[in-house]
Amino acid sequence: MQPILSLREVSYSYHNLKGETPALSHINLQVTEGSFVAVVGPSGCGKSTLLSLIAGLLPPEDGEILYRGLSSRDYCADTALRIGYMLQRDHLFEWRTVYQNVILGLELTHSLSGENTDYVLKLLNDYGLYGFKDKKPSELSGGMRQRAALIRTMAIHPDLLLLDEPFSALDFQTRLSVSADIASIIRKTGKTALLITHDLSEAITLADHVIVLSRRPASVKCEMSILYDISRQDPLAIRGTAAYQEYFNQLWEVLTDEQKNV
Amino acid sequence: MSKKTSESSPPVSSRQEQFLRAHHRQHHIITLGRLSILILFLGFWETAARLAWIDSFFFSSPSGIVQYLFQMVADRSLFTHTGVTLFETVASFLLVTVLSLAAATLLWYQRGLSSILEPYLVVLNALPKSALAPLLIVWLGTGANTIIVAGISVAVFGSIISLYTGFCQVDSEMCKLIYTLGGSRKDALVKVILPSSIPLILSSMKVNIGLSLVGVIIGEFLAARRGLGYLIIYGSQVFQLNMVITSIIILCAIAMIFYKLIQSAEHFYRKLY
Repeated sequence: MQPILSLREVSYSYHNLKGETPALSHINLQVTEGSFVAVVGPSGCGKSTLLSLIAGLLPPEDGEILYRGLSSRDYCADTALRIGYMLQRDHLFEWRTVYQNVILGLELTHSLSGENTDYVLKLLNDYGLYGFKDKKPSELSGGMRQRAALIRTMAIHPDLLLLDEPFSALDFQTRLSVSADIASIIRKTGKTALLITHDLSEAITLADHVIVLSRRPASVKCEMSILYDISRQDPLAIRGTAAYQEYFNQLWEVLTDEQKNV
Repeated sequence: MSKKTSESSPPVSSRQEQFLRAHHRQHHIITLGRLSILILFLGFWETAARLAWIDSFFFSSPSGIVQYLFQMVADRSLFTHTGVTLFETVASFLLVTVLSLAAATLLWYQRGLSSILEPYLVVLNALPKSALAPLLIVWLGTGANTIIVAGISVAVFGSIISLYTGFCQVDSEMCKLIYTLGGSRKDALVKVILPSSIPLILSSMKVNIGLSLVGVIIGEFLAARRGLGYLIIYGSQVFQLNMVITSIIILCAIAMIFYKLIQSAEHFYRKLY
């Protein structure tokens, strides 16, 4: 299949008076349409920088990012090619109701049409938040907040979803169910998704392709396709399979090898 | 966020009852303590004046003050002078609020500008504003304008600095969210910075109302023929200590009312969110 997103030799460094901190070094990766890709790597290796570059929030210093054949400046200007970005924390605004929070993107892009708001209401209904639409975010549970954040991202009809450790702020139990929940919602919509995580188990449970990054400055260390013969719905069942264990061990070796080279 | 316990609250345990009783007792003790300090102070003052332990010509007395207050009500001067001071304070307070919000917004919007202006702001904030008063009189004459400007000058620089610092401390990830959803820096300002800074704005208003009052009184000392500041200066010059102390007490009342007003605005806001 043709990749819809490809990064070629992308590098990025942060600059301040104390010197230069290289974050990404010669990254090459490709994402095919409709796939769910997870990027794992040691903490602080520059994973978030990678997403900021893809989202067009930062310009690459070197190399090229092509999205549906367009360079980052062009695809960011194209309203049909919106990129949805889920941040680490949900950042639901306490001074807005849940509904006002999820239409934030529509408000910002001046696209509050009847069709779009109907779509938002449908999403709220589908994800069990319709009854809470006039509540304040503080009245929602952790999992509901993440679903609200996902609806806020989906409301702008993104063509590609970037997920920047969106589950890392949740406690372990909530995290298992919420991550499976969110992943299955994304799968159902058929959207292409790129998930950043430092949690190996999460990556292998949710994604169908895992990319391992090296320590900072990050480069691609290895890639692996993930396939199970059971449904992805149940995260615990997946974690019990032999295939899961096999993937885990292989990736674990790569990562510990990476740590050893410190 | 606090949830109010509704009418149909569950039966209260005896431990809880005990706790509530102790809590109320504590509350009463505090109120009683506050009142008795006031009553003791006034009583001692009055006794001392009557028994001539202190010279009531210099120190006045509670009964003298009450008498003078009635006299001021009778000849309407209470309303004129208090009204003038109130008007000038409210005017300079409102202008400080608008000006400092506008300036802090501009500084946040134009980071370069804030770096350039920072030393000037710091110096202007540190400058004792009473030093400016004579200059203001020369430039603006004696009258309400000078006094309102004096009120503004005392509060505005500190307010700009505290609002701007607060704006900069808003979680940058929240602004990032706005950018990821296709918003601009202006959107970040309107949708994130300003709404999340409302508690900060309210608390800086609390400080500003007090400082505006300080500025207005300084202005009235030097450049007024009406107002409580004028009464204080005039009264001290003609040894009318009743006039001076009554004016000071009215000022106390004004300061307290303003403070309570903004505090209730704060409570109202907290109840909303």
